[in-house]
Amino acid sequence: MSKRIDFQVDPENYRHWRVDYEGDVAKLYMDVDEKGGLFDGYELKLNSYDLGVDIELSDIVQRMRFEHPEVKAIVLQSGKERVFCAGANIRMLGGAAHSHKVNFCKFTNETRNTFEAAGQESGQHYICAVRGACAGGGYELALACDHIILADDGSSNVALPEVPLLAVLPGTGGLTRVTDKRKVRRDRADVFCSIEEGVKGKRAAEWNLVDEVVANSRFDETIAERAKEFAARSTRAAASEGVKLTPLKRTFNDNGVTYSTIEVDIEREKGLVTITIKGPDGDAPASIDAIAAEGADAWILRAARELDDAILHLRLNELELGTWVIRSQGDPAAVLAHEKVVTDNADHWLANEILLYWKRVLKRLDVTSRSLVALVEPGSCFAGVLAEVLFAVDRSYMAEGDFEGDNRHVAAITLSDNNFGRFPMANDLTRLQTRFLGEPGKVDEAKGRIGETLEAYDANELGLVTYCFDDIDWEDEVRIFLEERTSFSPDAMTGMEANLRFPGPETMETRIFGRLTAWQNWIFQRPNAVGENGALQRYGTGVRGDYDMRRV
Amino acid sequence: MLDLINVAYDTQIPNNVGLSSDKRVLKALEKWHPGYINWWNDLGPDGFQESLVYLRTAVSVDPKGWAKFDYVKMPEYRWGILLAPQAEGRTIPCGEHVGQPAWQEVPGEYRNMLKRLIVIQGDTEPASVEQQRHLGKTAPSLYDMRNLFQVNVEEGRHLWAMVYLLQKYFGADGREEADDLLRRTSGSEEAPRMLGAFNEATPDWLSFFMFTYFTDRDGKMQLESLAQSGFDPLSRTCRFMLTEEAHHMFVGETGVGRVIQATCEAMKEAGIDDPYDIEKVRALGVIDLPTIQKKLNLHYSLSLDLFGSEVSTNAANAFNAGIKGRYQEAKIDDDHQLHSDTYPVIQLKDGKIVWEDVPALSAINMRLRDDYVRDASGGVKRWNATIEKTGVQFEMKMPHQGFYRHIGVFADANVDPDGAIISKEEWDAKKDEWLPTKADGDFIQSLMKPVWEPGKFASWIAPPRVGIDNKPGDFEYVKLHMA
Repeated sequence: MSKRIDFQVDPENYRHWRVDYEGDVAKLYMDVDEKGGLFDGYELKLNSYDLGVDIELSDIVQRMRFEHPEVKAIVLQSGKERVFCAGANIRMLGGAAHSHKVNFCKFTNETRNTFEAAGQESGQHYICAVRGACAGGGYELALACDHIILADDGSSNVALPEVPLLAVLPGTGGLTRVTDKRKVRRDRADVFCSIEEGVKGKRAAEWNLVDEVVANSRFDETIAERAKEFAARSTRAAASEGVKLTPLKRTFNDNGVTYSTIEVDIEREKGLVTITIKGPDGDAPASIDAIAAEGADAWILRAARELDDAILHLRLNELELGTWVIRSQGDPAAVLAHEKVVTDNADHWLANEILLYWKRVLKRLDVTSRSLVALVEPGSCFAGVLAEVLFAVDRSYMAEGDFEGDNRHVAAITLSDNNFGRFPMANDLTRLQTRFLGEPGKVDEAKGRIGETLEAYDANELGLVTYCFDDIDWEDEVRIFLEERTSFSPDAMTGMEANLRFPGPETMETRIFGRLTAWQNWIFQRPNAVGENGALQRYGTGVRGDYDMRRV
Repeated sequence: MLDLINVAYDTQIPNNVGLSSDKRVLKALEKWHPGYINWWNDLGPDGFQESLVYLRTAVSVDPKGWAKFDYVKMPEYRWGILLAPQAEGRTIPCGEHVGQPAWQEVPGEYRNMLKRLIVIQGDTEPASVEQQRHLGKTAPSLYDMRNLFQVNVEEGRHLWAMVYLLQKYFGADGREEADDLLRRTSGSEEAPRMLGAFNEATPDWLSFFMFTYFTDRDGKMQLESLAQSGFDPLSRTCRFMLTEEAHHMFVGETGVGRVIQATCEAMKEAGIDDPYDIEKVRALGVIDLPTIQKKLNLHYSLSLDLFGSEVSTNAANAFNAGIKGRYQEAKIDDDHQLHSDTYPVIQLKDGKIVWEDVPALSAINMRLRDDYVRDASGGVKRWNATIEKTGVQFEMKMPHQGFYRHIGVFADANVDPDGAIISKEEWDAKKDEWLPTKADGDFIQSLMKPVWEPGKFASWIAPPRVGIDNKPGDFEYVKLHMA
């Protein structure tokens, strides 16, 4: 799997989905092209999916928010007869490297979270209408929707057959959403997750695996009714016209990627990549309408899209670049000015979507399994939303005072209101609350300094950075740290960072990315699943997995 | 001692499984029974429930006892639970447990797989009864009407057989599935039958004969492979069902044969040599041979679809588990495990039809389909012999297995009856030459006029060579009850 996986798709060329827009209701049909797999060696039968299918879904969900602000309810259904979705393609999983499986699951999890959150935070409610077999990842798609309707035709069912069939877990939120979201009684969940054929008809509703079971003849009618109800309930701000997400302008070369606001520089031999975020040029738009008129060209939206794409590209395509160094360059005041137009109009649909998008991009950074380091240098613009990056990384280094021969402005950090609630992490706390879990007073202290230009001394006092070094020490300290960091075992780093990043309370989301994913990734390494005679490898051969029956 | 050969009539449900001493299952079946009778009355043969039909009923499962004929009203037919006798010391014939004693109880690890196979098989049995329910009204003779009803009641009994297994061996889940078998209905919007071909209408008698010849033969092949199951009760059930299924094949083969014969004889008598002079042939009140060929094309390809994908995980799992074998498993000379064997499978590669060796375990469906094709070609040969005997120049052919397929490697390809891959345009232009059109259907429909006088036959079908149960030609196979 060496070809570059691209996360940008042209909606004109979807192969696996189609969307019909009907006023405030959109109908989203999953109709996977069997021959449209991202890699060779498998066919996407029975509406099964691979990363390529999910990249399109992610694109649709994103465009739904920006390009179709009038949509308030989305009905997700199958474009095929007698099957809703058979879940992730097993042959693809069987043939994929461990790293691809993990990355695939992470991305699909992020997409599920995105459309799950769309109802509450953005007033776009996903309703799932299931007819036919809905198994594994198929049911996990349904679980992330606000409402599940199941046809009562004697054969349509919902199922999580991973355990009995494949010796792995329903790892895209399946186990967690069954218990945490749908609150299915744990013994029933145990039954449900152990039976290949799943549950159909009234029992599915009785066990709360679905919200309603309807007669086949009333299926379409019920879908239409529910869609109307959810649309009526939507809190989405009124909108006339959407913002077109035009193709990103980017250039790939051996040493990195160049975007308009992001520069990715690769030092392959060192296992390092530097991501530089460029602040806005020129004045901030005068109003939210001006941002709407600029559309995808507006810096605050463009930077989010480009950073998002860079994160995904590096995650999937550059596995050996284990340490990411994040820098910024630009005018902090300009960043704050651009941010302010959006923040001041947060009840405008577009402003809301842009802020929510940043929230997702920052969360994507949180769950990226790379060592994340920020360098706050002269000329940098870690202000407001960009300052939030500093609280997402594992360590931050800040330059102190003037640097010889450098006429850029002295390194500083500026906080805004947005650092205190706008961008919660998966644990539902802000990054600063998470950072200061043991000293909550420090959050208030920092809050008192909103808008100030905080140079190294202050930033250090406030606990906003890890270390500060002056001109004399800076270069060596940073070099030594990076050399040490890149010499550690990547597995130990991933494990350590994932544990240290999410202190504090558990939520469904942290349980999905922490508990469920970690167990799944453990199973993905175990011979019972992926060994030569494991269930995943043997799937399709007719021969069952050969299990080592010792409990570990 | 339990008498497992002769059918016991000491319960409401005739059986040779000692039902009277198995209170739990008896109770479950008695509870299911009224629903079944309702189903039969609502969706069984329409308009003939009061007629007396000369049907065979099994009184014993040995070869002498299972075909006792008498008049009976269909709703009073003694549907029962009949299993072939248990073979002493039977072992699991295939898969990873080969050679171990056959299971007399459901093995827990294969419970779901077994249940699914039984449900799918069970779902087809009542489906065909539903599909054929209107045919009685246009029967071309009382002889044919009886055959139709015989097929129908036996399909009903096959449903009983599957329901017995569900109730006896699969607990509460099995009871639910048994209820759902009566809930799904052929062609229903609400709850259709599970397999596509069983939701298609059977609009006329030629369709019925083609269906019993081609589609019931798929059923036969499925039963043959389930008869090889390591789960002994399933094997025994299917073995007995196969003895009944043979009659259904007979009805199909002789039915089509007699239609062909009537056509050829009428052509000869009228001095028509060109079988493609369709207008003239049709004017004789018979079905022209090219239209019969089209019906054959249609039913054959729909039936091939029932075998599923050529390469199938489910089939491989079932074989390896030992719960479904191959056709005549015991007679195949190999290790019955197929761990390193291969089997040639037809594939479509770069627009060409090629054969590729794949692991034999994954090609179980393909192999069964190959066996089916061989099995189905026998009757076609005999039909051609009939044509030849009359001197008409025409040959019935089974189309290429890629023709008009909706499942498997050819699902997206356009293949002509000779196996050439053609363009979509060419397909659209030619398909009416290969598949029955609405006009063909209308014509056949126009011939579907009831002939209910004993010993008489509709113009488009020849009388059989011998009667059922060796009865004379004018025997009154159905005593009609006209309300």
